[in-house]
This record gives sequence, C-alpha cells and structure tokens, in this order.
Amino acid sequence: MLLIHCPWCGERAELEFRHCGEAHLARPTNPATLTDAEWAEYLAFRDNHRGWVRERWRHVHGCGRFFNALRHTLTDRFAASYKTGEAWPEPPA
Amino acid sequence: MTRLVSGGRIDRTRPLRFSFDGRGYTGFAGDTLASALLANGVHLVGRSFKYHRPRGILSAGVEEPNALVEIDRGAGRREPNVRATVVPLVEGLVARSQNRWPSLRFDLAAVNGLASAILGAGFYYKTFLGPGRDAWHKRWEPLIRRMAGLGRAPEAPDPDRYANRYTHAEVLVVGAGPAGIAAALQAAASGGRVMLCDEQAEMGGSLLAEPVAWPQLAADLATLRANPRVTLLPRTTAFSYGLQNFVALTQVVEAAGGLRERLWQVRAGRVVLATGALERPIPFSGNDRPGVMLADAARHYARRWGVLPGRNVAALVAHDTGYAAAFALQDAGAAIATVLDMRATAPDDLLAEAAQRGIRVLPGHGIAATRGRQRITGLLAAPRGADGAPDATRATPIACDLLLMAGGWTPSVHLFSQARGQLRWDAGLDAFLPDAAREAVTCVGACAGEGLTPGLPVTQLAAGSARARKAFVDQQNDVTTRDIALAVQEGFRSIEHVKRYTTNGMATDQGKTSNMLGLAVVAGELGRSVPEVGLTTFRAPYTPISFGAFAGRHRGLLFDPIRSAPLHEWATQQGAVFEPVGQWQRARYFPQAGEDMHAAVTRECLAVRNAVGIFDASTLGKIEVTGPDAALFLERCYVNAWQKLGIGRCRYGLLLREDGFILDDGVVGRIAADRFHVTTTTGGAARVLHMLEDYRQTEFPELRVWLTSTTEHWGVIALQGPRARDVLAPLVEGLDWTAFPHMAVAECRVAGVAARLFRVSFSGELGFEVNIPASQAPAVWQALLHAGAAHGITPYGTEAMHVLRAEKGFIIVGQETDGTVTPDDAGLTWLIGKAKPDFIGKRSLSRPEMQRADRRQLVGLVPRDGTTLPDEGAQLIASAGSRVAEGHVTSAYRSAALGHPIALGLLASGRARLGETVLATSLTGPPIPLEVVAPVFLDPKGDRLRG
Repeated sequence: MLLIHCPWCGERAELEFRHCGEAHLARPTNPATLTDAEWAEYLAFRDNHRGWVRERWRHVHGCGRFFNALRHTLTDRFAASYKTGEAWPEPPA
Repeated sequence: MTRLVSGGRIDRTRPLRFSFDGRGYTGFAGDTLASALLANGVHLVGRSFKYHRPRGILSAGVEEPNALVEIDRGAGRREPNVRATVVPLVEGLVARSQNRWPSLRFDLAAVNGLASAILGAGFYYKTFLGPGRDAWHKRWEPLIRRMAGLGRAPEAPDPDRYANRYTHAEVLVVGAGPAGIAAALQAAASGGRVMLCDEQAEMGGSLLAEPVAWPQLAADLATLRANPRVTLLPRTTAFSYGLQNFVALTQVVEAAGGLRERLWQVRAGRVVLATGALERPIPFSGNDRPGVMLADAARHYARRWGVLPGRNVAALVAHDTGYAAAFALQDAGAAIATVLDMRATAPDDLLAEAAQRGIRVLPGHGIAATRGRQRITGLLAAPRGADGAPDATRATPIACDLLLMAGGWTPSVHLFSQARGQLRWDAGLDAFLPDAAREAVTCVGACAGEGLTPGLPVTQLAAGSARARKAFVDQQNDVTTRDIALAVQEGFRSIEHVKRYTTNGMATDQGKTSNMLGLAVVAGELGRSVPEVGLTTFRAPYTPISFGAFAGRHRGLLFDPIRSAPLHEWATQQGAVFEPVGQWQRARYFPQAGEDMHAAVTRECLAVRNAVGIFDASTLGKIEVTGPDAALFLERCYVNAWQKLGIGRCRYGLLLREDGFILDDGVVGRIAADRFHVTTTTGGAARVLHMLEDYRQTEFPELRVWLTSTTEHWGVIALQGPRARDVLAPLVEGLDWTAFPHMAVAECRVAGVAARLFRVSFSGELGFEVNIPASQAPAVWQALLHAGAAHGITPYGTEAMHVLRAEKGFIIVGQETDGTVTPDDAGLTWLIGKAKPDFIGKRSLSRPEMQRADRRQLVGLVPRDGTTLPDEGAQLIASAGSRVAEGHVTSAYRSAALGHPIALGLLASGRARLGETVLATSLTGPPIPLEVVAPVFLDPKGDRLRG
C-alpha cells in the first residue's frame, strides 16, 4: 500500500485516496466551438506512457480535496504532490 | 524408536500424544509433527500429486514439498496441505495423509506412475482435446480432480477468530537466525522500535542445530525480550514486501479459545532481511523416495530434535556442508555407509576427517538409481561420465536407510525481489544475490551470500540428469528433469514459459527447492548459462497464507457494512422482507399472513392507487448545495435550467457525464436563493457528490458554492395516493396549502417536527415527501400511520414503488439506463434547458453517433396475450429466429392497476415503432410477442398527481 502525500493533510495511506486520472486537462471553456475531433481529444484520449506522469488524486476518505501528483509508472515513486491550480514541478532527472 | 536418549531442544519431561492416519504415537514438547513422525520411524507420509508416488520428509522447514498432511482440529478446523515440518506438536494432534486411496501404504492410483510416460510435460494441453466439444469439463476434468489433487477443503465454517493489526517500526528484521538476531540487537541498541519475526516456533534459525551456541542464543533472546521497544514475533512469516517498506506478516497465535492468526501490516523505516538460504536437492533417478532427505535437514533433526532419521546413512554431496551433516549423524550414532562426492575431488581437510572417522568417500560419483518401495533400502553408486550422468554400467550397490542430499545453497531472495530489488548472478557462489535495492532494505547473512562457500555449480549438479528416469526437480508437482528437457525440445525457451508448461515451481511451495534446479536443466538443454536463462518472478505470498488471516474480522455482518434507514427497525418488526440496494437494506414488501410477494405487492400497489401508501425513502441521496453561485453551479452541471427556478419550487434534475450519457437523476428543490436541496438515486449519491466536487474544485473554482452530503441527516417519508393530503394536512403547521402545487417545497412543521415538505410523486399519484431529521423519523412515521388509519394507510416497499413508477413510465437510473443512454434515448429531451450554452455532456450530445435515428429508445411493452411476463434483461428481436438483438427489456412487472403485465425496454428506433410487435427472448420457452407502446401506461396527462 502506497503512502501518498496529500498537500492538505500530509502523508496518508493509499486506501484513503481515489485515483482520478490524468492531470492538467482543462475543460474547454466553450465546447460548442470545438470540432468533433477536438472534443474527442479532450474527452477520450489520454497519455499512457512509462515514466513520470502528472495525475489527479482525491483524498476522498480524508479532506475530500482533489490534488495533483507526479508519479513514476514503473516504480510507483511519487516525486511531488501539489494543489490543484499550481504549476507542476519538473520531474526528477 | 529413533529418538536419541539425550540431546536436542525437546522437553523429554513433557510427552505429547498424537495420531497420524489413526495410529497413536508419542512425541515431546518442542517437536514438530515431522520430527515426531521421524522419531517414531515414520518416513512415508504422503502420496505425490500426479503419480501418487510414496513420499517422505525432505526438509525441516517451510520449503517442504512432500510432507503435506491434513490437520484436523474438529469441525471447521480441518486444514489441508499443512507442511508437517512447520507444525509444532501439541497434545492430541490429529494428522492424516492426503491424496491416497484406500490407504497411504496401498494407493490404487499409484498406477498413474506406470503411465508416467504419457503424463509428462504439457500433458493436459495435449491430451484432453476430444472427443466432443465438452470433453474437457464433462469428462476429463472431473476425472483428473479425483485422481490428482491436494487434500480436502474444509466444509464447515471456520469457528476461529483472526485479527489484523497495522503498525510502524523503525526497523523490521525478518528472520531470527544468527544474522537476524545480531541485526535486531544492533537496531535495539539505537533506541527505535524494532520488530523481529521468524517463521518458526523457536527463534535461532541455523543456531538451533549448534548446541555450543545455545547459551549465547538464550542470552541474546533474553536481552531482546527485556527491551520494551522490541517486539519478538515467532511463528510469524513475512510473506509480502510491498512498496515503501510495507511488509505483511502472518502470525500463528493459536491462543486457547482465542485468536488463531493475526495479519500484521508493518510500515518500517528500514527492513533487514535475514532470510537465510535453502539447501538444493540433487536430481537423480529415484531422488524422491522416502528416506531421501536434505543433508542439513537431517543434521537439524539429530541436533535440534534428538532424532536419528536413519541408522545406516549414505550421502550424495556437491558441497562441503554435506560432510558436516554426515559427521553430525555419525556423532549421533548412525553408521555412515558412504559419502558420494559429485565433485572430481573433495577438499583435503574433509577427506582427512572422513578417513579419521572411518567414512568411505567416493569422489566423482553420482547415483544411478535408488531402491526401496516405501522407504529407501539402497542405491546404485556410479562414477560420473563425461556428461555428468552416472555410468550405470559401472554401478556399485550400497545399502542404506537414509540418503542425504547436499546440493549447495540458494539464498532466499524472495522478499528482496518482491520489493523490486535487482538481483545479480554471483558466479563464484553460484547464486543470485541481492544487488541494487529500491527500498530502505539491508540484506544480511546467508540471504546476502555471507558465510556461504561455493560448491559444485548448479548446472553441473543437473548435468546429465535429463537422461535419468524419474529424477524429480519439483517433487510437489511431480516434475522431472525429463519433463523440463521435453519442454525445451518442444521449443519453449523462456523460463517463464517452461515453468507454466511443465508447472515446475508452481505448487504451494512456490518452487523453493525446484526453481534453481529447473533453471539449471533448461540452461543445460539450451547450452546457456544460468543468468542468460534468467529467473522467474518471485511473487507474494512467500508461503501459503490462510484465508482466515486475510479475512480477519471481515466475516458475516462485518464482511460489508450494512446501512439501515431510520425506519429499519420498525420495518423489521413488521416482518418486512428486505433487499440490498448498494450497502443499504431496504424493505422490499410487507407480507401479511398467507401472502407471497406477488400478493403483497399487488395489495400495496392498489392501496397507493386507491387510498394512500406510506414509504421509507430515506436512502435517497441528498446533497445540500449552498452559496451565492449555487444556481449557476447547478446550471453548469445539470441539463436543466435552474437560475429561474423559484424559491419553494422543485424540478426533476438530470445529470450527464461529460460523454453525454445519463449518470443520475433526482428532484432538486430551491429552499432559498442560495440554497438547493438536491436528491440523487440511492446508489448514486457518492458518485454524484464525487463528480460535483470534482467540477467545483477543479473546473469552476471561481464559483462560491459548497456541497454537503446530507443523505443520513434527513429521514424521508413518502406519502402517495389520492388520500395523501387528507392524512398529512392535519399534522402540518406553517404551510399555505393554496400555494403548494405539484413540484413545490416548503419548510414547515409536520407532527411538531421541523420539516422540509416536498410535493412530488414517483408513483403518479398525489404525493408528498416529508423530510425530517433522521432521529425524528420513527416518531413522525408513527404519527402519520395513526392519522392515516382511517384512510386505509398502507406501508409499501421498494417492489411496489418499482411497479408504481413503471406504470407511470418513470425511469430508474441503472435499470432503464446502463451508461449508454442519452436523454433523448430515455425520452427526457424536454428537461434540457434550451437556452443553455453549455452543461456537462452537452457537447457530446451533438456528436453524429448520439443523434442517429436508430438509437435504442425507451418504449413501453405489453404482452400480446395479456398474461405472459417477459424477463428483465431479455433481448428484443423483430421476428422468431432472428439472431439480431434490437434492444432489451429493462423492467417488467405484473400491474394490478392495469390488469396485465407491463414492461419498459430500450428498442432501436422505438418511438417510431409504436403498435408494432417485437419478441422478447425467453430462457424457458418460445419468444414472447409484445406490442410496442408509449412508455407511460397510466394517466399520461398527469391529472392524478396534480389532484
């Protein structure tokens, strides 16, 4: 079980959290102006690569906050977690 | 008796009686079942998995592949596949052999052994292809399950208790041998919390076979025991090593009348692995006969338990430690027939000591065959040829009743590898050793290669063995060197594939004694080195773990939390039949004397249609949405328009996912300009709150709005039926009835309790939902029952609720919808706020696929014969014999109000097909003809609910 750092509550056990997919995908401000292809890109297409990923978590059985984290998909290491709206940190070299 | 008169760590003053296969024996406190059986001269303890060959005790520890027995501690406590080598002997222990019929000594299924030529690698894949389509599961699998298998699963519920504990430690030491104890002492000196666990009942590991070390061992353990910061956990196996030093341990407690096992989940600052090394068996013909034993295990039996497992001992050694075992047994009183050293030359000092002890050593020898049926009686020693195989033409018979195998040592790197540590091949030690670690872990002692010396490389140990007959690599799964060679010959190259094809290392012992040998055979066949062939993955658990340990207290009522509504107790007293809805238990119907479900539901439905029914709707999800931007927030989320909804008015809200499909629905009431009372489906409450929170926090953080789950705050009592107002009105204070139309909400008092009163209907009748604090719900319910008595008030359950809403054509999310239904599919386009530029899911609704005319649309369905009820879930087809499903039945009920069955369904282009006949498939009879009708069966204009 992973230990995950909630930016609001600190380090907590994984079972308090819910994974919420890729981070930094802003909902288009005016979806009506998008082509079907552009909308599909937002709606359905996600990265799936090996290495550092920026992803969303929610401390659902704690403070309830959504936040972002930098995790390595091969090692499951967390390099950072940060509040929604904050700029993402650079992944470790 | 083969018990020595003195020596060992057993307590000869405490004899213990036990039975094996119904025969009584005696052992001593401190014995394991295995040592006690050996002390009674019992070597034959089981039959092998596939060939039913007689098997004995190979080892003295967890790696045991053969001595698997059934321990019977009474009803519900019968445990199969227990390794006799790890069971501490207790008074009255009842053990039985497994996998034999009619008896262990005479097992009819041993004829499998004669057929071993066709039971080789890939046997299952090759053989059971015919005849006929169902040959495997009808004919072959039942047969094989009878013939091959391990033990019997217990049938009664386990009466024991199991517990679970989370804990933290600065240092967790796994393994209490010399290295582990030293590490624990060192860690304890630094002051942190230290845990030391060991899988055996007695701590000490290899020291337990070294009497000279016992005083120091006792002193060290006393030091640790005296330290309050140190936790000593014997009979505790670290079986899983996860990320961030999260280690799972299973402890056998076996407190009398109390706890049986405890699962520990430990987060450690640093983990010290002192897991030791396992001795390698040697592959040769007949290496599985009872009486063939790992050399160091025999040394432990003699030194630790005072048991002489044989009086006339031969040894086959490929490593110096084999001599130590032979010498120890000689010291204990055994005659050493011969030591066969597979190496061309043995070390001079060992040869000298052997000579001094009068022990014959034959270097460069192997074993061509062994003799004996249920216990070894002798062997054929033969010089090894150029390819390593023993030259049977030059064999010499040697009599013995115990044969030691000393094949060298394999460090136990299982846990290190589970923790994603890298292994490196050490050619000098001929072993995989821990290399780069990903966790804060230190490996000490033999598992790190410390103190190990090289012996004959494992590839040479296996050289030539592929030509031997019945040279077992995996004794638990009956895999021979020939099976592995055959797999390679048939084209398998990856060690992972060879493993799966032959099942080598896949038994419950997880290949502790077989993986390295299998690897060496493959390497030999492929002409590659061991590291080139690679290693199979180490996976948790290290040893078998009982289901009870995993389940812990999560059994029965504690298996899954049950949520009960405020009126649960009342409904129970009334004899309600409940159904689970998510984690809720809801009253499904209230049968009166002599009523079945159909009769009860019919009565409840008619009461609502003709008089008044009362229903516990407390499980509805409820979210209080507050703040200056509450209306704007709902406007952006739900399909409906909210900004112009008047205070004191309600609207039926529909929520989509961003992909345009229906997620949830529910009535939303505006309590104040900045306050909405949002309801969700019973099962969807958490899902809806999660999604709304997501948009609130991450997409619309500028909005001043707050969401609070109030599901369990409010008790909700629904009153439905033409007399509902008559029942309710006398109890209501502070409400202007003239300004309280359908879809209104007001704060008032009901039966003296502050309430939010909704005028809403999920039945199609005049209806109200009384929201009061949950704690007040039983009192208000009683007041309403009392007031309604004169009006024929009738409690109804979820089944009647379903029928009533279906008669009215109201959907249930999750029943009429399945995650692929759009508002238009469900006939709910009218809910969408036309002027809204955007809401969650709106953009998706304009995709071409979502606007196809042949999408499946909600329709009503009525059986043409007026009586046959279709099955929910039945496919809809256009004509008999059609193989094309054009939709399915989503709900089907017998309607008392209408006098015939009704159904709702999703049907391709359904709204354009009213009046057509479609067929519902049936599992039990011919397809059922149904007329396609509009989905609202009753009062389509809504006169009744506006009454």
